[in-house]
Amino acid sequence: MGVTGHARSNHEQHRERAQAKAKRHAKHHKKKHKHKHKHKRVLKHPKPHRPLAAVPPAPPPVAPSSPPPSSSAPSPSVGSPPITLAQARRLLWRAGFGPAAGQAEALVGQPLEQVVFGLTRPSGEATLTGPEPVEENGQPLDPYDVWGEDHCWWLDRMVRSNQPLVERMTFILHDWFANSNEKVNSQRMMLEQNELFRSMCFGSFHDLFLAVTSNPAMLVFLDGISNEKRNPNENYAREMMELFSLGADRGAYTQEDVKEMARVLTGWTAEWSSEGLHEFEFDTARHDKTEKTLSAAFGTSGNPLKGNWDWEDAVRLCVEHPLHASFFVTKLWGYFIPSPPDDATLASLQGLYTSSGYSIRAVLEAILLHPDFYDGPELVTPPVVYNAGLLRAIGRPIDTNAWTWLSANAGQQLFYPPNVSGWDFSSWLDTSTTKARWEMASYVTAKTYENPWPKEGEPKYSETEEPAAAFANAMSYWGNPLLSSESSACIARFAETCPAGTSKTKWELSPYRAMRQNALRMLIATAPDMQVS
Amino acid sequence: MARSCSCNDFNRAALLRRGAAVAGKGLPNIEPGMPMPAGTGLDRRTFLLASAGAALSVYGASMLSPRHFEEGIAEAAGASGPNQPVLVSIFMEGGWDALSVLAPVGEEGNTYETLRPKLSLEAKEALEKGTGKTFVEDPRLMWHPSAAGLAELHEEGKVTAFPAIGYEPQDESHFTSRHYWEVGQLDTNARTGWMGRYLDLPGVGEPNNPLQGLSLDYSLAPALATEKMPVAAVSSPADYTMWAEGLGSPVIEPALEAFGALGALSAPSPAYAQARAASYDTDLVLNKMASFVKSEKESGDKSAVTYPSGDFAERLAVLAAMLHTEMPIKCASLNAVGSYDTHSEEAGTLATNLAQTVTAVVAFQRDLEARGLDQRVLIQLWSEFGRRPRENGSGTDHGAGGNAFLIGTRASGKMVGEFPGLTNLDENENVVRTSDFRGMYCSLLEQWFQTPAGLVIPEAASFERPVLVK
Repeated sequence: MGVTGHARSNHEQHRERAQAKAKRHAKHHKKKHKHKHKHKRVLKHPKPHRPLAAVPPAPPPVAPSSPPPSSSAPSPSVGSPPITLAQARRLLWRAGFGPAAGQAEALVGQPLEQVVFGLTRPSGEATLTGPEPVEENGQPLDPYDVWGEDHCWWLDRMVRSNQPLVERMTFILHDWFANSNEKVNSQRMMLEQNELFRSMCFGSFHDLFLAVTSNPAMLVFLDGISNEKRNPNENYAREMMELFSLGADRGAYTQEDVKEMARVLTGWTAEWSSEGLHEFEFDTARHDKTEKTLSAAFGTSGNPLKGNWDWEDAVRLCVEHPLHASFFVTKLWGYFIPSPPDDATLASLQGLYTSSGYSIRAVLEAILLHPDFYDGPELVTPPVVYNAGLLRAIGRPIDTNAWTWLSANAGQQLFYPPNVSGWDFSSWLDTSTTKARWEMASYVTAKTYENPWPKEGEPKYSETEEPAAAFANAMSYWGNPLLSSESSACIARFAETCPAGTSKTKWELSPYRAMRQNALRMLIATAPDMQVS
Repeated sequence: MARSCSCNDFNRAALLRRGAAVAGKGLPNIEPGMPMPAGTGLDRRTFLLASAGAALSVYGASMLSPRHFEEGIAEAAGASGPNQPVLVSIFMEGGWDALSVLAPVGEEGNTYETLRPKLSLEAKEALEKGTGKTFVEDPRLMWHPSAAGLAELHEEGKVTAFPAIGYEPQDESHFTSRHYWEVGQLDTNARTGWMGRYLDLPGVGEPNNPLQGLSLDYSLAPALATEKMPVAAVSSPADYTMWAEGLGSPVIEPALEAFGALGALSAPSPAYAQARAASYDTDLVLNKMASFVKSEKESGDKSAVTYPSGDFAERLAVLAAMLHTEMPIKCASLNAVGSYDTHSEEAGTLATNLAQTVTAVVAFQRDLEARGLDQRVLIQLWSEFGRRPRENGSGTDHGAGGNAFLIGTRASGKMVGEFPGLTNLDENENVVRTSDFRGMYCSLLEQWFQTPAGLVIPEAASFERPVLVK
């Protein structure tokens, strides 16, 4: 199979290139920030960062057939309708990482509200079921120090966690507050930020925003530690309003507000040593203590237009801004539902958000219970979710770190969003990323493919498998995903008309049928139907 | 939302809705599977969407793929000839610092030093060492040492410089400003790129040729987003093949045909349509690229020019080879090396990224010259804005008037708009623009593509047309 060998060498090259790139970046890191100051307030994280979860070895991956029992979840309200198979599939894809085999079917008939609350109100620590992640040689991943193993470490949680919505929200917050290790240049800092997202993803957005604003990775990525009273740096000031809390082009702030907010945010600093940046602190000596003025857009919230504010005020001023609630609920809605909310829904979500003290969970539950979530049009599945979903469908654990570059080629490497506005969720699919998804699917199937040319003594593939049975077997391989009738008909025609379906030559019967089986699995996994949910 | 918008899903959705309407009412007497003659009012994709599923079932065992319909239609549409003009658009993401690329070290009154006490030191040093060449059209300005290759091409009359290009009112958001440049208008709701609209024009775009608008990247450049015509993103053109373990000839060929056929089926939603169109176009590109990939591997087409290392240079090298083999490319798009959003540590970051970008671009131009392709290719370097004249410590914040360059043997070589100086900044303390990017687009359309700009750029009549081509 010359083609295979050749293609592989190309893949090796891709990976080597990517790794070389990572090394080049490491070299570029320069010594910086050696200011010494006396008046320091050492940053206290809102929550202590837990070490990366270590999980004891466990039996092979079997996803739970129903959400974990949740002690905090109330009884479903009377009249919560039973969930259908289509609804369960959509919920599992959009609020998690796709169903494991049989998981969606097992939910059918349970009250919708109970299923949703099972996702939004998990109890205790997440459990990860199945073998721990390893790289090609069976060695444990080293997410702090090896290029790409941060990606695979998180992908593993997406595949195995029994709290999939926690991982999905962490994934959304990574896009919302998009920081790239390209600039942060510390997998440890990125993973600490990741843990921050994970631990605060259902809580108050105000608390989260405070934690993010003082988070080391963010302070590096948007130059908070370069923002000093004599030389204000506008980077964080602009993006905290434009991308994180208020939105551009809607009259929420002016260019002058960006300049003033940069002054409000002055004061953060860090130390540099051979181990990298550390001791991120708010240093009052670097903070601009003079009065700042914000435009009337902020004033309508009842806040004074002038004040001697600091970074915590900056966050509060954004969260209390009259245009923040609409920004927040619309942005969160957009991650789950492609059609915009109608005016009444928008108003009620905003009310819910402000009356609940900026509760992310309150808005999230309303979105996941909204009819538009289930009745509205499809969403394109992001590359990482697609990857995790395929692995979950066939019950394959993380046993290679190839997923990192495969996913990067498909348009999404975790911890490396393209810029501070995150990934473009509206255009995942084009001729480059579609080819990359094919490649990803071929890697997913590569350990369980049917060998057309077995050695002497090894079992041969069926010589008699009929086209319909071949299709059914391939569907079963993926846990019987949902295909449209048109797509099914198209794939079924391939099964009938390809050489395996028409050949009468004896020696071709088994190898062509094995190839047909492999082709059918690829066609199902890469069908347009599997790219959306 | 502030995301950059290529928004194919919306376009495809509109297309699909139209397709359904036509299939239902427009031409009811077309039988399922009947090949559609060219020029009967339906575009190729609409026709396929309306009929492909039925066509396949009618032809059954022969597996007549959508591709077979195209051949005839493609001939009618006319293939791209080898003399078609090509535009290669290179985006310097993040807002590159025009005041470092062309540093006004010679402006009277030490204004540059005052505004940039740190960054001007490097420029001064380059001036003294002679590594920074004077910009011959305005001796106040000095090329960044990393842009020495551009200085050389400029002296050969192959660079048209825009020392302060922009628009008013300047939006300092990366995403809004870049969107304006991408769509060729100041409209946050626009959904097609300016090059995409050019490719959508009747007589320009070809319905079976996704390579006409080619992103050499992992995803499609928004400036190439079309409404009607297919366009492509190809991250590594010499490697555009699809395979899978345990899947070889003679099964993989019909499997890939089925993959393409899945893309031609109807779609009930924009997301579905995006997925279908991507599969369909991927299959088209696969077929278009097959011959190129084969010739690359077998003939080992060697360039006379040595390119620097790196993905960006490799992509330009492959682009030159593709143009050499007469691949039907009209507009190509790439992202330059690195990010130019230098809020901190500007001096080092800019020098590195600029050097890698410029050396690759110069190699590409020399390659085009060696291959005799230089008469038909123009290269555009652009960025969403320039940066603030006053530095912020070790970097600079977002600004207004910035740099753009057109490079090519047929570039006019005459500066467009003057450098306005640092003493009369605008109300936000930014460089005042002296040319408008929409004027540049209008001139490119008219002088390079021989196309009335009003068909592509809204309010085209209101923009001055600089001379860009000789």
